[in-house]
Formats: sequence, C-alpha cells, structure tokens
Amino acid sequence: MDAPVKDKCDKCDKKASFHSVEIVKGQKTEINLCEVHAAQESKVAKAVHTPINELLSSFVKAQSGQPVTEEALCGECGQTFSQFRETSLMGCPSCYAAFEEKLTPMLERIHEGGTHHLGKIPKRSGVAEQKQAALLRMRKQLAEAVAAENFELAARLRDEVRRFEEQTT
Amino acid sequence: MTLPRITEHAGEWLRGAGPNSEIVISSRVRLARNLAGFPFVNRASLRQRQEVRDRCHERIMDSRVRLGALWVDLAESTDLDRMLLVERHLISRQHAQAGPDLPRAVAIGEDETFAIMVNEEDHLRIQVLRSGMQMAEAFEQINRLDDLVEEKLDFAYTRRFGYLTACPTNVGTGIRVSVMLHLPALKLTGEIDKVKRAARDMHLAVRGLFGEGSDALGDLYQVSNQTTLGRGESEILNDFQSTVVPQIISYEQQARQALARQRSAQLDDKIWRAWAVLSNARVIGTEEVMGLLSHLRLGVNLGRIDMVDIRTINELFLLTQPAHLQKLTGREMDPAARREARAELIRRRLGAVR
Repeated sequence: MDAPVKDKCDKCDKKASFHSVEIVKGQKTEINLCEVHAAQESKVAKAVHTPINELLSSFVKAQSGQPVTEEALCGECGQTFSQFRETSLMGCPSCYAAFEEKLTPMLERIHEGGTHHLGKIPKRSGVAEQKQAALLRMRKQLAEAVAAENFELAARLRDEVRRFEEQTT
Repeated sequence: MTLPRITEHAGEWLRGAGPNSEIVISSRVRLARNLAGFPFVNRASLRQRQEVRDRCHERIMDSRVRLGALWVDLAESTDLDRMLLVERHLISRQHAQAGPDLPRAVAIGEDETFAIMVNEEDHLRIQVLRSGMQMAEAFEQINRLDDLVEEKLDFAYTRRFGYLTACPTNVGTGIRVSVMLHLPALKLTGEIDKVKRAARDMHLAVRGLFGEGSDALGDLYQVSNQTTLGRGESEILNDFQSTVVPQIISYEQQARQALARQRSAQLDDKIWRAWAVLSNARVIGTEEVMGLLSHLRLGVNLGRIDMVDIRTINELFLLTQPAHLQKLTGREMDPAARREARAELIRRRLGAVR
C-alpha cells in the first residue's frame, strides 16, 4: 500500500509540497512542509517555478543573511542539477520530472527539437508513474536503514517493498 | 568462468554475407532500459546493484529469452574473457573495464546475434548484431526480445519522456541503430573527412571499430543515430536504412570505381603488397594487420585478387585481436609473443603454411 501522505504542512495550514522521511538512529520521522517552510528548513524542493524560487531565495537571504543556492534537487534520490551537469547522468527515473524545466531546452538541442516521446509504449503499461516514485522512495529509505545498520527496520522495509511490488504487478 | 564454445568460430555477424556485405560488415540495434523503482546504476548502492543484477538474472533466464542463452558474470570473469567479449562486440569496453566492485553481467544468445548487458550505464542494454545490411531484421528481433524481457521486468517509463535512461542522450525510445562500414576507398582518396562532416550534420555519430573514442582501425567505421526522443523507432530506422546508409555506400562505391579507373596501378600495388606482407610476415602487430586486411578485402571485393575469400578475411579481423589470439593458442602471451603467433596464424589461414 502507498504510505499515506499528509496534505498539510507541519508548521502551518498551507498545502504541503515537500515530503520526506528521515531516519536518525533508527527513528523514522515523517516531514511534510509547504514551500515556504521547506525553504526555511533549507529543504528546498524541486524548482517548480523560477519566480517562486527567486522569491524564496531573497526571502531566505533576508532571514539568514547567508547566500542561498537555488539548486534544483531530486526529491527521490537527492541528486542536484549541478551533479547532473558534472556527470551528464541522471540519478534515478524521478530526476526527469524533478529537472523537467531545466532539461527541456537541453533535450531540444540533443534530439533535433524532440521533447516528447513518440515511440514504443510498453505492452504491459508497467508500474504507474506515481508508484514508480513511491518505490524509489521506499528503496531509498531501505538503503539508509542498511547504511545505519538498523537491520530490524531494513527487514521491515524490505518486506514492504516486496508487498508493494507484488500488489502492483 | 571460461568461454570455450565461442572462440572457435566467428559470430553470425562476421559471416561476410548479407545484403551489401562488401561495404556493410554488420548491422546493430540496441535498446537502453532501466528497472522501475531503482536508482540508475551510477547512483545505486552496492546492494541495489546486486539486487538489479540478481533480478535480471532470475527474470531473463526465466523468460523465453533464456533458450540457448549463456549468462556470464563479468565481475567474476578473467580479464582475458572480458577482452574476448569486447572483441566480439558482445560487451562494451566500459562494461569490461568497470571496477571489480560493480556487479555486472551479460546474457549472450547462442548464435551471438543478441546480448543483454546488465548494469552497464543503464540497468539493461539489449543489442542485436547481424551480418551485412540487415537493419529491419535486427530491429524485428530486438523488438521481440524487448517484449519478452518486459513480460518479466517493469521498465522505468513515463508518457512524456518514454523509456528513462541514465543519460538524457538516450531517453525516449532508448534506441541506437548502427552499421559497421568498411570504407577503404574513401580513406585512400581522402574523402572520408567530408563524409564524417556530412554525417555529423545529419545528427549521426561516426566512430571507430570499438565505439566511442576508438580508432578506425582497418578502415572500419561505426555510424549511428543520435536522436532518440521525439521520433518513433520506425521513423529513426527508416531514415537510417533507406537514406543515410545507402548514401554512404554509394560514396564508397564511387570512390572504388574512381580508384580502379584513375589509379589502378597504385590500387593493385596496395592490394598485392598487403597480400605479400600478410602471407610472409613472421612478426606483426594488430594495427598493421588491420590496415593490410583492409586493403586485401578491398582487392577481393573489386575482383583484383582471388587468393583468399571474404569470409577468411573477416575472420582474421577478429581472430588476430589479442584476446582471440591467446584463446586460440591456449596460452597467455606478452605482446612480443603475440606478434609472432599472430603472423603464424595469418600465414596458416591464408594457406601460406602447410
């Protein structure tokens, strides 16, 4: 099953657009923030609209007096756009959605103006797009649990992933 | 892991047959695919890479693809075996040379017409390789393979971007169609650079024998499409096989005719010197062999020498490579010993040693 995602920001009543689960010493904490609070917590989510980002960075600058990076970030794998620039490689399938805006002009240059897929569609439409992202998120938590040597949690997450995959295929 | 079966003969793609085989050595199609729900190889943890490898092993060898297929765990293979697979174009250099900590593998079809690399730049790189100009046949075969694998594995795919790949240069169809062309006349007349520039203007890549960053040894060039997004597979394929390749073939044919007409003595000199050296040398390096085989092949195709057939020449292109040479003689050799063994192998195959 999809983990229930909270709609509201933890700090105010606005719609939450930043969701993450942090694991510290085996303790799992869910974080749901609106765009403004995500920026304040320096958890700037995906660059959705440039104007909002500009607004945010000037807002945060005014608050903290520190220079702020307007770095686009993939919420699933944590890869930044400048890491992509260095390696020319995306971190995970969700990077495409996360970097969509910056990527589009690049794709146009690479693919003779092509920006949208016009080819084969898998017969079995496979795992739906939002479920693909959920699966990536679960696997990231699993990898973190393994890295933190929290094997109890890891085993539980592994079972969750397996159940999730069985349900979707 | 040893690969005894596959050294004794050349793969299907070196038969020297198939349409336009005097210029088109082989046709290749490859598809880039990634598993849904996993980070790409470059960002995956060791465990995730192992999981991808194991899952692909289990599912591919459980599908109808498995029939006659050989699964090779590359992290556990010897350097020599990996080099052998590179020489046979069954894995890329990058795949062969990755560190010992990258779990990776390849599934190879019985007749070597297909190979599926696991954990290269993408989780899966499926390729089909056929002799001569057989683009449509290669595409049909790979499309079937893709369907069979897809029955067992979920691929990362979105409606907008198509098949998602680690590098955005492959996103969309994930398809790369390519031909390996023998272009000795364009090289001799110096027109090859013009062809390369024209190809680049048409958004095609021109590379050497072993792909990216390799030299065009033996006047062998790989030409491939670059665009994978915003066009359908059949459109990409049709452009390539009915416009691009025929054009390059006709340039090479014109250059061959011009050479035969205007510089026939110089042409024959190249061909017969190649024969003389190859059938008499006692010590010889790969690079020199490739250059001479190229001229000999041109001579046979133009009917100016009949001491040897095309199939033998095609095989020698492969069997004189370092890994093949060592496999054939059954021992590891340093470069000096290889140069001697290479010369002897060539003389034997050309009938100069009884």
